[in-house]
Amino acid sequence: MVNYLWGGMILVSIVVAGAQGNIEVITSSMFDSAEKAVSVAISLLSIMAFWLGFMKIIEKSGLINIIQVILKPLAFFLFPQVPRNHPAMNAILMNMSANLLGMGNAATPFGIKAMEEMQKLNSRPEEATDEMCTFLAVNTSSLTLVPTTVIALRAATGSLNPAEIIGTTIVATFVSTFMALLFDRILRKRNRQEG
Amino acid sequence: MSAYIHEVPAWVIPVFVALVIVFALLRRVNVFEAFVEGAKEGVPMATRLVPYLVAMIVAVGLFRDSGAMDLLSHLLLPVLDALQVPAEILPLAVMRPVSGGSALAVTTELLHSYGPDSFIGRLASTMQGSTDTTLFVLTVYFGAVGIRKSRHALSVGLIGDLSGIVAAVFICNLVFG
Repeated sequence: MVNYLWGGMILVSIVVAGAQGNIEVITSSMFDSAEKAVSVAISLLSIMAFWLGFMKIIEKSGLINIIQVILKPLAFFLFPQVPRNHPAMNAILMNMSANLLGMGNAATPFGIKAMEEMQKLNSRPEEATDEMCTFLAVNTSSLTLVPTTVIALRAATGSLNPAEIIGTTIVATFVSTFMALLFDRILRKRNRQEG
Repeated sequence: MSAYIHEVPAWVIPVFVALVIVFALLRRVNVFEAFVEGAKEGVPMATRLVPYLVAMIVAVGLFRDSGAMDLLSHLLLPVLDALQVPAEILPLAVMRPVSGGSALAVTTELLHSYGPDSFIGRLASTMQGSTDTTLFVLTVYFGAVGIRKSRHALSVGLIGDLSGIVAAVFICNLVFG
């Protein structure tokens, strides 16, 4: 599906630009974006190095155990196939707590770490496991309690009450996460992992 | 009180960082060595992501710059109309699952032109905060471990986004409408 989406986006773009007499946009856009992608990767590198370094401190100090106590029941329910003491579970818990606090850029490194650990439990390494799909559902719909970035943005644009959207955001994020998890369960059966 | 609320987001991360370090020092953890050990893992991880990011950002950039995104917005207008999504918010609704940076730019632009405390401003804020960039998360998470068959993950992500948009419109109408 990703193959068709990716190929389709590029082909549609070329056709649309051509039809509108804008074909010269394509070449410049392609190379500008490629350059942008590398700078995004570099900023990801710095963020990842920082948060993974920090996670190690959290792990070694035993603070991870305190965080785990709070989120464990939810994580065990969502990811029954991941062994409870496996490093994958630690990374999943860190990813979930970063998401809840609205620390999006901290959630990504923990999320990738969790994927790497879950991949070690995967018997068909080219194909996503049920747990991975559920994990992606949680992350694409991003369960957030405090939308830190948006609050900061509202404050910066002169809002009289930047935090007033916390309530509505929690409702919307809860609905999107619930629906994502629900459809994850429904589609999982239709879309069984081969073998 | 509202003066303090302004400050809250700025304090979240610093307080968290400070608490962790104090806790670790009390537990006699070698914080510097632990940090460096963990940070090392970030380098190969980010390097492996470069090709996936180039692939995705090029496709999204083309889609936007070619005018295809505007076309898609027009095509989706009746659907979103039926769901009572205001037309002003449409670019954000289309952009949110596709590109995090662009969505944030659209939100910033909406907050500037309509004001953060207008209905559009509050709705845009709610939408921006309630879901993450599905395409980015998919690319990065699957890319990092070399998964080729993503199974139902993309459909599930997009269903989540659509539900989030509809829920944001509904709850904002109810609370701020």
